[in-house]
Amino acid sequence: MSSSVSSRSAKPELGFSGSLDVGVWQWRLASLLIAAIVATPILIVFASWLGPPSDVWRHLADTVLAGILRNTFVLVLGVGSGVFIIGVSLAWLTSMCEFPGRRIFEWALMLPLAIPAYVLAFVAVGLLDFSGPVQGFLRSVFGSSAWFPNVRSETGVVLVMTLAFYPYVYMLARTAFLGQGRNVLDTGRVLGLSPWASFFRISLPMARPAIAAGVALALMETLADFGAVSIFNYDTFTTAIYKSWFGFFDLATAAQLASLLLMFVAIALVVEKQMRGRARYDVTGKLAREQRFCLSGWRAVGATTAASMVMLFAFVIPVLQLAGWSWEAARYDLDSRYFLFFFNTVSLGAIAAGLTALAAILLAYTYRLRPETFTRIAIRFATLGYALPGSVLAVGIMLSFVWLDKQIAAVFLSLFDVKLTLVFTGTVFALLLAYVVRFMAVAYGPVDSAFERIKPSLLQAARSLGASNWQILWRVSVPMLKAGAFSAALLVFVEVMKEMPATLLLRPFGWDTLATRIFEMTAEGEWERAALPALTLVLAGLVPVIMLVRRSDSKWS
Amino acid sequence: MKAVKSFILGVVVLASGLNLPAHAADELVAYSARKEHLVRPLFDAYTKETGTRIRFITDKAGPLLQRLKAEGANTPADLLITVDAGNLWRAAEDGVLQKVRSRTLRKNIPAHLRDPGNQWFGLSVRARTIVYSTERVKPSDLSTYEDLTDSKWKKRLCLRTSKKVYNQSLVATMIARMGEEKTENLVRGWVANLATDVFSNDTAVIKAIDAGQCDVGIVNTYYYGRQKKKDPKLAAALFWPNQKNSGVHVNISGAGVTKYAKNRKVAVDFLEWMSKPTAQTMLAEGNMEYPANPEVKAHGMVASWGDFKQDKLNVSNAGKLQSRAVMIMDRAGYR
Repeated sequence: MSSSVSSRSAKPELGFSGSLDVGVWQWRLASLLIAAIVATPILIVFASWLGPPSDVWRHLADTVLAGILRNTFVLVLGVGSGVFIIGVSLAWLTSMCEFPGRRIFEWALMLPLAIPAYVLAFVAVGLLDFSGPVQGFLRSVFGSSAWFPNVRSETGVVLVMTLAFYPYVYMLARTAFLGQGRNVLDTGRVLGLSPWASFFRISLPMARPAIAAGVALALMETLADFGAVSIFNYDTFTTAIYKSWFGFFDLATAAQLASLLLMFVAIALVVEKQMRGRARYDVTGKLAREQRFCLSGWRAVGATTAASMVMLFAFVIPVLQLAGWSWEAARYDLDSRYFLFFFNTVSLGAIAAGLTALAAILLAYTYRLRPETFTRIAIRFATLGYALPGSVLAVGIMLSFVWLDKQIAAVFLSLFDVKLTLVFTGTVFALLLAYVVRFMAVAYGPVDSAFERIKPSLLQAARSLGASNWQILWRVSVPMLKAGAFSAALLVFVEVMKEMPATLLLRPFGWDTLATRIFEMTAEGEWERAALPALTLVLAGLVPVIMLVRRSDSKWS
Repeated sequence: MKAVKSFILGVVVLASGLNLPAHAADELVAYSARKEHLVRPLFDAYTKETGTRIRFITDKAGPLLQRLKAEGANTPADLLITVDAGNLWRAAEDGVLQKVRSRTLRKNIPAHLRDPGNQWFGLSVRARTIVYSTERVKPSDLSTYEDLTDSKWKKRLCLRTSKKVYNQSLVATMIARMGEEKTENLVRGWVANLATDVFSNDTAVIKAIDAGQCDVGIVNTYYYGRQKKKDPKLAAALFWPNQKNSGVHVNISGAGVTKYAKNRKVAVDFLEWMSKPTAQTMLAEGNMEYPANPEVKAHGMVASWGDFKQDKLNVSNAGKLQSRAVMIMDRAGYR
């Protein structure tokens, strides 16, 4: 992304001469403002280093640190390769091949996105643990279930998180594959490559920015996750963060640990970018839906089976189990309030999605108007929040609002002699901003990789025809970004609906959502009762997910 | 300039206007780590009786405490309601609560269930006790928490994770009673007897005992009650340990008035109301816990488990020694 083509890289991407660079400062100001707002809570987390180190550090280093580092490493490696293999191969199958059920799978494989990881984890453990129905049945038939693999294991947690997070890779890789069309592949074939070779040497490298973005999202979620790993009692770095906070009442150490986690993520992202080097990924030519590879015989059976299995374990079984539990809970729990929960959830999701996508476009565009290191670092920083454990970021956001309120109150006291207390804290506005902060990375990824595929020469042409920055954005870029931006918005939509810690801490009185309802139930261990809000959440999440799929399809048909 | 000023004034007042209703005169604002379906019926009953409306948000205790600290004097909250004495102790320690001198509360709530400094009060009691398999264990084999380290329980014990504050509190009271070294040995003894990796919740422990994965465990009674209600054939029962010495470990759910409460008087009145029989019955029965007020008796299934001697050590020890307890459990390899 960073460099334009070859030698002009030192100059701004869109201006051939200095004079065309005018008017950029407002853009930079707006972008920096957004980046600053998004980055403040993260800076607060880093500010924890200003305090003195506590003896909790030493204790953690002496006892659990080695174990959790190992576990985190294994988890990242396992989930990373899991989502890569499942996501990319299914994306390839549904976008490039024809096999029985393909038309259903291509959208159905997105559905697991609507199921929060902790829900999937709970269902898996509930069904497959020793006291669950599956092993119970085995014992009643064979007398023993000792040979049954232990679900609360490393393999178990990796599998569950892979099934929960592969849709990010699937979605972004699929969009990329569809965007390439078959003509590039045919070129490869004409030049003598086998189908496999053309996949590995042409399609896969071309889809790399999208796949990397997808894997990055999946891994950031993995690192930030606390719910799913604690159901498996699998100790990761996040476990240590919460142990410091809730066990030792030491939020400062928790924040220090969290900032180390962020450093790690930042380095990983930069390394990936560096390895990609100066390659560009813009797409030329008109794309049309072409003939797919027709799979037949065992290949077709294999494709259908693979897709069905993923579908079954990641979506069908969990939803059936949730439905079963909801059936029992619905009698005493389902009432008119659920309309309100539903309404709150969907409206917060929709508004936050719009805001975040707009902010992401603005950031990405400004960077392209003038690709400076400073802007790049600001954006990098602003998109890190996604890897922070939710509660830690939520406290960071809350602290920044409380600080802002204090400043406003001070100004008002001196200017108007009016005494204010809390201005933003506890309003919907604060909550929405929190979502923008939390999910900027989710929106920025798809928007940025969509920008990536617009040829700079196109924008330069618009510029040379006298178009203003606004016109280049609205009349040239946005129409081409539509698919990417829409994907970004819908992803954020789904994420906001599932989001729990920030919603809990920052929602105004009475703004309960489906996710907070799940929290109410699970906090007392009443998982079965949580099935009803969880199922409603899944159903609500299906709306944006289906829109997402239809969108990415209609673009190419 | 004046126009600009009044414009800014307007915008900010409008924004803060969204917050204003929280400070109405006969209204209470509560931050609650007790869940909505447990506190709402109580709030509704109080409103019905006194006309005072109660607004509240729920969250985990940790974030709520941070919010109270950050908001400082500007907080809209009058009350902090939470589970576990450790959290209440920490709130008092962080200076977000205030002293409440109330005869009624002193009379209704036993001394070991409230803050010696009068900043918070226990409102319901949660007993953490032994659960055993009715098929493979004779109650006469059981005696104390300490006895679960005996080699006769090798590969027969199931525990919940040490990350749950209930276990941290249990171990904290043991430290208060017998010191760190003995406690650490005891925890090591438990770990050595584990039948399987520790579970993420109490219900899973009970289910594992019922299914035959292990024979004894330590759980809060209301989880057992809930499971028994759902499955009357449950092959597990409760046992009251340490009846000849310290008694059953208890913890509380409780509340305190915030330091900067806007409605202090009403908040205290609400706390007093909570300690009286009507509210005590509702609070305890809502989650199958025990009333904190000794005048109020447990009902139904909870009463059927029989009376027991409870640990009279002040519950604030759970907070004071919590980090010690966590360190011990980490060292002992209790995950």
